[in-house]
Amino acid sequence: MTELEKIAASAVERALKGGAAGAECTISDGAEFEAGVRMREVESLKEAASRGAGIRVLAGQRSGSSYTSDFSRDGISKMVDAALELAKITSEDPYAGLPEECGRFDGDLKLYDDAVAALETPWKIAQAMAAEASALSADPRVTNSKGASFESHLGTRVFANSRDFAGSYRSSSCGLAAQPVASQNGSTERDYWYTSSRTAAGLESAELVGRKAAERAVRRLNPRKVATQRAPVIFEPRTARMLLGEIFDAVSGSSVYRHASFLTGKLGEKIASEILTVVDDGTLPGLFGSSPFDDEGVASRRTVVIERGVLKNYLLNTYTARKLGLHTTGNASRGLSGSAGVGPGNFYIEAGSETPEQIIAGLPRGLYVTELIGATANTVTGDYSSGAAGLWIENGELAYPVSEITIAGNLQQMMTELERAGSDLEFRASVASPTILVREMTISGH
Amino acid sequence: MPLSESFFAARFALTEHDLEQYLSEALSAGGDYADLYFEYLSTSSLGMDEGIVKNATEGVTLGVGVRVIAGERTGYAYSDDLSPEKIRKAARVAACIAHGPASIVKTGFEEAPRHNLYPMLHAPNEMGLAERVELVKRADRAARAYDRRVFQVQAGYADSLRHVLVATSEGRLTFDRQPMARMSVTVLARQADGPPQEGHSGGGGRVMLDFFLNEKTPEYFAGEAARQAIVQLGAVAAPAGEMTVVLGPGWPGILLHEAVGHGLEADFNRKGVSAFAGRVGEKVASPLCTVIDDGTIGSRRGSLNVDDEGNVTQRNVLIENGVLRGYLQDKLSSRLMRAAPTGSGRRESYQQIPMPRMTNTYMLAGESDPEEIIRSVPKGIYCTTFGGGQVDITSGNFVFAASESYLIENGHLTRPVRGATLIGNGPEALKYVSMVGKDLKLDEGVGVCAKEGQHVPVGVGIPTLKIDRLTVGGTAA
Repeated sequence: MTELEKIAASAVERALKGGAAGAECTISDGAEFEAGVRMREVESLKEAASRGAGIRVLAGQRSGSSYTSDFSRDGISKMVDAALELAKITSEDPYAGLPEECGRFDGDLKLYDDAVAALETPWKIAQAMAAEASALSADPRVTNSKGASFESHLGTRVFANSRDFAGSYRSSSCGLAAQPVASQNGSTERDYWYTSSRTAAGLESAELVGRKAAERAVRRLNPRKVATQRAPVIFEPRTARMLLGEIFDAVSGSSVYRHASFLTGKLGEKIASEILTVVDDGTLPGLFGSSPFDDEGVASRRTVVIERGVLKNYLLNTYTARKLGLHTTGNASRGLSGSAGVGPGNFYIEAGSETPEQIIAGLPRGLYVTELIGATANTVTGDYSSGAAGLWIENGELAYPVSEITIAGNLQQMMTELERAGSDLEFRASVASPTILVREMTISGH
Repeated sequence: MPLSESFFAARFALTEHDLEQYLSEALSAGGDYADLYFEYLSTSSLGMDEGIVKNATEGVTLGVGVRVIAGERTGYAYSDDLSPEKIRKAARVAACIAHGPASIVKTGFEEAPRHNLYPMLHAPNEMGLAERVELVKRADRAARAYDRRVFQVQAGYADSLRHVLVATSEGRLTFDRQPMARMSVTVLARQADGPPQEGHSGGGGRVMLDFFLNEKTPEYFAGEAARQAIVQLGAVAAPAGEMTVVLGPGWPGILLHEAVGHGLEADFNRKGVSAFAGRVGEKVASPLCTVIDDGTIGSRRGSLNVDDEGNVTQRNVLIENGVLRGYLQDKLSSRLMRAAPTGSGRRESYQQIPMPRMTNTYMLAGESDPEEIIRSVPKGIYCTTFGGGQVDITSGNFVFAASESYLIENGHLTRPVRGATLIGNGPEALKYVSMVGKDLKLDEGVGVCAKEGQHVPVGVGIPTLKIDRLTVGGTAA
């Protein structure tokens, strides 16, 4: 066992000695670095490390939780005692308990890269500088910048419980982002591009990040506001993944068992177009949603959520699985303490065969959404409404930028009316989607 | 209060000499300014779901952040260990932002002024747990008793107590003890076997536990959440397009937060990336609009005795009779813009660099009778409850999401409508304000503002407001 695993196991042991029937302890230890540059000067440098521990105890079927950043013997004791004390005021919950079966995914998930830890500060600053310089020189209309940044994180996640599980894994990540501002004829617009990876070698070049960010900002200049109408809507991967995040909430066991999801009671039913296959997979090497075990010590796995439009599985932790009479899918997620919620592994829409250009070319008119702001999805009803910006499609081509409009519909209907999934699936975060086309939504403008 | 009587001296034996040493270390490679932010945060929360208390959590985090400013540059490091070696190490890391001979730290500290906006002998989380459990149980019972169509209730209670100490290389020393408490209730209701609808309510502030016993009770929040869910059972699709929008008093003040508040934060204006940059003195709203950001209102969620850089908070006029008056400043921007501090430097925790942020943002009351405002609208929408909002600082486009609204037809409220997003442009939207009610109300105390990943508690408020033209993002085109 590592030192941190020993601390976690000893906290669990102390809870059992204190009268708990079960206990689980999480430890998170991490270091962060961030360099920010703006207008070709260093703007900020930040570097630090911190850690925390959390415990959840079960006294019978009452649970109590606490957390601390004090890792002294006394600090850990106080944390355990506080949780035991809190378990006295909660209610008996017949569904509360630890997982029946703990374990870990066996393969090498490539979550940690020594090269990220070895990156030197001057190099990281130079990357941010290069990304911003690339954006500023990409087009004369790029006149200002909200800056560029390079970030890196190293972390260790530890979990132990009274079912004799003790495990830990290290992870690394780094990322580079640029946010240029373009202006022309009194119109000013910003956009961004970023790259992130668990490995230092996995990043896109600084030149590309800056250039793409600049192209995106420039193409937004002098936007129009279209008339209120119903029209087809294409979501590029960056906005499609936000939409998919709303669907995650609807397939999450926490919403389903409370009847707070429009997908409650729909298992096995056709809920979407045949184009739509959605998978959650926590075992894809090198990705942000991967881990050997979830936050309850259950092995990560691949779960098909929607297969060709049919709802196959909800995503569950131990508690929500018991509430629904199902088995956990290894999707337990929590910060340091408290009962586990449900979180994604790598949650994605399977790619189709058409390129985004082909999908756009197929539309006589429609909206290509590049930004969603203030999106609201009601998981209970499926109602969806969001501020949007993007490009108007005319005769199969991106014709002109649009902004200050909203798009609205209902997630149930949008899934049914999903007409295309593009070939451009990329895993930039734990929720990922290719370009998608929804047959019709309400666009509100003037 | 001398340092020796402070929380951090008592618990961590921190002395003025220690503070001077850490600040000297921070300025050992030069720089214009350094500060230390010590934080000790204890929290507790309770959650009730399906009629039983499922969750109870307590915890403590503590640490110190060290910042060095050199011109426009900021160096930052932190430690979650308050031992002298660890703090000195963080100071040396932050010092790396400067390259030169050491700068001098002023010897001796002077305690800076501060308000006393939330005096209390015992903060909520220093009280017994039994009383707090009773609050969520009462909320659960009241929501279920409200209407037989209510079938799911989640009631939550959370509180915190934050001790902070700020010491600067200019010899400024401040302390604060910042309590916070909040209740929340979420209700699901359904008619026979129809689809469920949700209602949500909550509130609190820098208040003692008796606030929830005497002023805003669990029954009040439960009733409000249940009422909203029941109203939604009869709601029709929201309209789409530009129309007259009337905002009810209180929480709909999120309009100001998104439309003008963020755009007036000094960092964005110093960098010229805000749609409001360089527009002080210009007309950005109808003359009926005077917008204030005030961190000094007693017991409010967004209030602070001192900001997170140790400056006393104040009442800042952002827009006066439609004319832009000023920005919200933090230490860095006020230095660089040669502007007076406004007490607006805030951070989420010791792990974060402070930024200019809002506190409680509201519009002064006008002269119109709220009912008369609704009567004046032939066709439009009346919004009383909102979820969140967001703004694109650079273009000025902002959205905010209405969760409870009604159609206005011929001056009367007719049917409730389903949730919809409203979108407008910050420097333009308030020019269309044509009536302002005399009923200014602040929100219940639930606001959380996110900026560059940092979350801080805020408040908002407005009187009933008529906006002649705003885009409503419903589905009924």
